Formats: sequence, structure tokens, C-alpha cells
Amino acid sequence: MSGIVRYGSYVPFNRIQRSAIGAGRGERAAASYDEDSASMAVEAAREALRELPEGAAVDTVAFASTSAPYSEKLNAATLQAATNLPKSVTALDLGGSTRSGLSALLAGIDMASAGRTVLVAASDVVVGAPSGPRESGGGDAAAAFVLGGNGTEPIARLIGRASCTEEVLDVWKSPGMPFAKQWEERFGADVYTPLLVETFGRALADAGVSASDLSRVVLDGTNARVFRGFPRPAGIAPEQILDGLAGTVGRAGSAHAGLVLASALDGAAAGDRIAVAVVADGVDVAVFEVTDAIDGGRPKHSVASWVESKRNDLAYTTYLKWREVLPFEPPRRPDPDRPAAPPMQRAERWKFGFLGSRCNRCGNTNLPPQRVCVVCQAVDDSTVEPYADGECRISTYTLDRLAYSLQPPVIGAVVDFDKGGRMLCQLTDVDPDNVGIGDELEMTFRRLYTAGGVHNYFWKARPKR
Amino acid sequence: MASKGICDRVAIVGMGCTKFGEHWNRSASDLLVDAVQEAYGSAGIEPDNVDAYWLGTTGSGISGLTLSEPLKIQYKPVTRLENMCATGSEAIRNAAYAVASGAYDLVMAVGVEKLKDSGFSGLTGSAPPGDGTESGMTAPANFSLLAPAYAEKYGVDLETMRDVLTKIAYKNHYNGARNEKAQFQREVPVEKINASPKVAGMLGIMDCSGVSDGSAAAVICRAEDAHKYNDNPIFIKALSFVAGPSEGAKRQDYDFTTFPEVVESARDAYVQAGIEDPREQISMAEVHDCFTPTELVLMEDLGFSPRGQAWKDTMDGRFDLDGDQPVNPDGGLKSFGHPIGASGLRMMYEMWLQLRGEAGERQIADPKVGLTHNLGGAPGRCVSFVSVVGL
Repeated sequence: MSGIVRYGSYVPFNRIQRSAIGAGRGERAAASYDEDSASMAVEAAREALRELPEGAAVDTVAFASTSAPYSEKLNAATLQAATNLPKSVTALDLGGSTRSGLSALLAGIDMASAGRTVLVAASDVVVGAPSGPRESGGGDAAAAFVLGGNGTEPIARLIGRASCTEEVLDVWKSPGMPFAKQWEERFGADVYTPLLVETFGRALADAGVSASDLSRVVLDGTNARVFRGFPRPAGIAPEQILDGLAGTVGRAGSAHAGLVLASALDGAAAGDRIAVAVVADGVDVAVFEVTDAIDGGRPKHSVASWVESKRNDLAYTTYLKWREVLPFEPPRRPDPDRPAAPPMQRAERWKFGFLGSRCNRCGNTNLPPQRVCVVCQAVDDSTVEPYADGECRISTYTLDRLAYSLQPPVIGAVVDFDKGGRMLCQLTDVDPDNVGIGDELEMTFRRLYTAGGVHNYFWKARPKR
Repeated sequence: MASKGICDRVAIVGMGCTKFGEHWNRSASDLLVDAVQEAYGSAGIEPDNVDAYWLGTTGSGISGLTLSEPLKIQYKPVTRLENMCATGSEAIRNAAYAVASGAYDLVMAVGVEKLKDSGFSGLTGSAPPGDGTESGMTAPANFSLLAPAYAEKYGVDLETMRDVLTKIAYKNHYNGARNEKAQFQREVPVEKINASPKVAGMLGIMDCSGVSDGSAAAVICRAEDAHKYNDNPIFIKALSFVAGPSEGAKRQDYDFTTFPEVVESARDAYVQAGIEDPREQISMAEVHDCFTPTELVLMEDLGFSPRGQAWKDTMDGRFDLDGDQPVNPDGGLKSFGHPIGASGLRMMYEMWLQLRGEAGERQIADPKVGLTHNLGGAPGRCVSFVSVVGL
């Protein structure tokens, strides 16, 4: 039976206190100035793809987001390139509703049942109008799942599902609108709660389980009021409902259900049954049963570890600047150049896949890949050497207060990899006052800047999270 | 293989140099007219006498037309060249080799840069279309890596290191204050240097060379013809130029306390000039003090100080105007300013003045052999030029 073979999550490093916005308690996760939904999807996907079991070769990639970096140009292609998946994959972008994350997961499982192995990554950078509930209640995060059918051993099988689609004006955003709008919550609750109860019941019937058989219930939707009237008629006890990370991450759009499901899987045991419901423009419900494979199938980072690893004093004005809501005085430096299509195409394996080269003659590693070895000058005699997961450390560094950045100073570091090779690259998610020679780093996929509408993706190093 | 050199076969018989600085009311063309006219006059020649021109500029024009158009040069070869911040020196080297070859009898090397029209801080460049994976670090950031690396390697505490960098800036401003063509003609108190706003790493504004406009030019001929044009020519002993393979940016064994490109270009130049002990034999030098730690490291790479000792020599005043081996007597890039394409020629201009005893208040007592050093790029990835000139 088809199900989840591997999963991964990603929560960005920065948090803004809701008190800094003047809106309640807790904090929300905020994508850094050099992140977007595609780069965060890559981070979550790397977690899910790191140790795939035998027989699981991804042949399909789906990216779900309501904040896709490109409205035309396949964002899933960025995901494919940055995770070094084969070019033979089928790739698709999904969006249009924050339900698209769970819908993509269900569609991926359908594809898995048809013999495909599918990477689904859902990711969102949720930007609300300043002072509105979407701004303070939203969050930025990503989740990724590898879905497989026969021939793969899932860590969680899909045992039941149900869907419902409703033409309703709840959350909407037309092209050109800077922020999404939402109709009054009381209306949405009255429309959605009965749909949720009904759809949830169908899913349990499909799974052949009762509400009390569920270890965990993940509830997510555009309207929190919907869930107030849900547990009693559905027969769910409050303790079955998993923490929705509202106080620590905020609701991360299309990624949110996957993120909370990932946190459920982080703590699940074989035999656990987990129901996931998303209410937006209708309802999707999926019921999973965790298998014995769970213990060998967890990612390097749990959701809790991402949540704990943070800097939580982001200034509100900085946040607004990062999201391009607040205009600001640019540095007295030229705007960065728009990267050009042919050079990016030629350098794809370096720029996206972060693949270097290893000289076949002397064994030296070259970053970026070189045709002529920097040590022995052998020509065109090297093999590909992957670096994205390479252990590395700061050889030396400097704070560049002159370079163009949305978050000066740029911290430039000479980074040496344990397996050999050196590169000069920018550090990110780092406190300039707390950097030292020898610090251990890990590589992270980022959007360096956007110029002429072209997003310039490349890798940076960050302190280990 | 090493370069054979053209020791004493080529002479400089005239030079011109504009004041460097913020020339809001002068274009690159104006600056070229000023520098070239001064050089014609210095050599006592007419434009007709010059057989060919080399023009160095990194971004103030493309092609030889940048020079021929403003000066109305009458249908002669003008080569425009670029080699990063060593561009001006490259103009000299190529022009000198052209007369040495016998292809021409009298040539001119010219450099110009108009930096202050951009409205930006620091240097700006126009790179070819790229893949967007370059580090994006600025020049001060790249060169700032030298200071902590040097301090760590030689056990210099960072406070002392700060004093050393400040001393270099102080010295060069002291010299520039005695130069009517320098961009900054005032001494700068130590406290002001120490307190200048940080730009990158340990480096403050006062550790950085001046961004400026300017132009300089040299008239060059074979040695046997030199006295036709000038009673006091200076002679080229060595011209060396090296482009590195960019090892330091890629190899973990590079430690940011040296420029291998400079070491090699200096070695080559000393062979050409017959210099065995640069610390004793070089009377004075104009070196590429783009940032204060660059000058510190150069003192060792050029062989003026033993490894790990340049900071002491600096503090002891060895490189002061009245020291044993004055460095950047005209104020250097720091105080004279750094209009990229012109800087290599500006360095030579100071050699011209000093060797001919025309440096006025800055005059060094009886200099015999001078060195100019010009660098382009960044630690680990650069080009380096060294010349030796004398009487």
C-alpha cells in the first residue's frame, strides 16, 4: 500500500515576536531576506531525500505554494536542480489555495499507487497586510515528503481519505493585490465546520477506524474558528489534537499541514494512526498508519529542533524590509546584475546542485568544478564531487559593510571543506558578533537577490543548526 | 622560463600627471588632455613625434578612440588595455617593450580613470554576464582578510595590529600632505584614523585608498635616444608582470599573509635588474597600498622586510619619508588617490620626480634605484606588476 517513504521539514532561523507587531503572544517564523518558498522547499526536500531506502528513486517532483517565486517558470525545476534529481522527472507546480499542500500529498500518493516515486514539497512565505491577523498569525516554513508504492517500504501508509470542495469566498488574492484578504471569520466557520465533520467522518470510514483509534489529529485551515465546533461532533478528544505550532511558527500556508504532520511523525511509534485535515476552499482529510520502518526513516532535523534553533529578536521594520513591504534607503552601491540565462544553464550543476570536481590524477577537489586542476593542472580529467552535505568550517572571515545586501553587513567567509576544497561564500543565519575562525558550518540553498525579476539562487553557509 | 628583461635599454623622457581627486568639472577626456599635454611639454616634443600610444583604463572608455578623439591624434596606433588595478603599469610595460623591439622610436603610455561620476561608494565594475555565483564581496572586504591572518601567524595582538595599520595610513597621509597633486593634502591624526567608520573587518574608511579621478602619462624611447629629448631621463631596469592561477581562492593551504603573485613578480624583476638585496639596494618604492594591510604584506613579499618583521619595520619608521627605505613618498593610493588606470603611471611619476631631484618638500636624499608595485584583484586571486627604475 502506498504511503510516506521519507519526510523532512524546514523552519527558517528568524522569529519575530508578535509583541513587536503589537499582536498578541508568541512568535512567528520569518523567512530570511535570502529565502523564498522555493529555497525553503529545497531545504525540506534535502532532509527528505538524504537517506532514501533501496528501491525509492524519485521520478516525480511536485511543488505546492501560494507564494511561488515565479508565477510563470517552473518552480519545481529549481527543486529538481538543487536536489540533483534526474532530469527525467515529471515536475509540476501546484498552488491556488493553502489546501494545495495536502492535496499535493494525496495526489502524490495516487501517483505512487500508479508506480511512481514522488517528491512533494510544500512551502510558503506568508505575507499579510501590516497589522492584520494574517501577518501576525502567519508563519514561513516548508515540508517535504517522498511518496512511494509497491517496492518501497513506507514509514506511514495512507489508510483512508476523503475530500470536499466548496466554492466559497473565504481567502482570496487576485493578481496585483499585494496581500490576501479574508471574509469575516464567523461566516467561514459556519460554512466549513459542518463540511469538516462530514468529510472527516468519511475519511475514517474509508480507513475503517473510529475517532478513538487515532493517536494524533492534525487540524489546519485558514480559519481557526472552524475547529472550535469540530471535536465534539467528530468524537475527538482535545488531547488527540496535536499542537498546531501557532505560538512558535505561525500558520505556514500550504506547508503547514505537512509541517505539523512531520512533527507528528517525529514523535510517532509503529501502529500509530494519524489523521490530517486541511480546511480551505473545502476540506481534505488523510489518515495514515505508521509502520515499523518509522525508526529508521526520520530525518536529520525534527520539527522541534528547527523550532528550537532560532534567533527571535527580529525587528519589525527589518521584517517589513525583507518582505519588500517597507521601502528603504538602498546602499550607495550599484544594484546587483541580473544573472544571465546561458551562464546559469552552463553552471547548473554548480549553481543549483552544488557539485564540485575531484581531480582523477591528484585527488584534489575543485570548487567550482575546474577543467584544469588547480594543483596538478591535469586537463579534463575529473569526476563529480557533491558538496551540499559537505562538512565545512570557517578558515577566515570578514564583515563587509559596503557590499549590497538587504541585511548588512555581509559576512564573507573563506570556507574549507573537510573533504577538501575551498570557497569564498557568504554566511547567513548568523550573528555578526558571534562568528569565529574554526566554526562548523553547513551549506544552505538561498536566493542571493532578485534582479530584473530573475531570482538568483545559490548556496551560502550557515552555522550548524 | 623567465623574462629576459630590457634592463637599461629603455628610458622615460617626459611625464605628466594631473592632480588626483574629485574633478566634478573635468571629464575623462579633459584629464587625458591635461596629462598628455604636460607629458609632451616635459619631453619637449610635439604630438607628431609620437609613433604609438598605449592607454590604460578599466572603465572610463573603450578602444583607442578614448585617447585619440579628445587629443585629435592623427591616425596613429592607440592600444587601449586593462589589467585591473595594475592597468596603468601595463600601459608602461607594453609601451616600453614596443620601443625596445624597434617597432617604434617614441611612444606614450597613458592612464586615466573617472571614478567619481558613478555616484557610488568604492569601486564599481561591469562584469560580463554571469551565472550569479560570485561571492559579491567588495574590495575592502577581500583585503581585510589580510590583517587578522597576519596578526595570528606572527603573534601580533590585534591592538598592535591596529596601530600598525594606523601607522601606514598616517605615514601616507603625512607624505600626501606634502604633495600638491595628491587627493588628500592634509595630515590625519592617529585618533581620527583609529576612529574612522568601519568598512570591512578591521578596516575603517581611513584604511582605504581614495576614490578619485585622474590621469598620468609617460613618454618612452630607447635609451640611446633618451638624451635627444631630456637631459635627465630615467631608465627602466626591470618590468615584471604576473597573473596568478587563483590558487588562494581554491586551495586550503593559502593563509592570506602573502601574495604569491607579488613574490614571483618581484623575484623576476630583481633578476632582470640585478638586484640581490632589495632591502638594501632599493632606495624607495611606490607600492599598491589599496588598503593599509596590503602595504604591510607587500613589504615582505617585495623583500623589504623579513617574514613576520614588516610590522616592526613599519612601527620603527623604516618606511617613513625620512626612513631608511621610504615607501609611498608621494602619499600612495591612500593619500594621492586611486583612479585605477592612472595609478601605475602616477607611481612612476613619483619615481621621475624623486630620481630627478624634483620632489620638493618630499625629496628623498640621493635616491639611486626606485621600485613601483601595482596589484589588481584580491588576496588569492590577483595580478601583480613590479618595475625597477633608476638613473
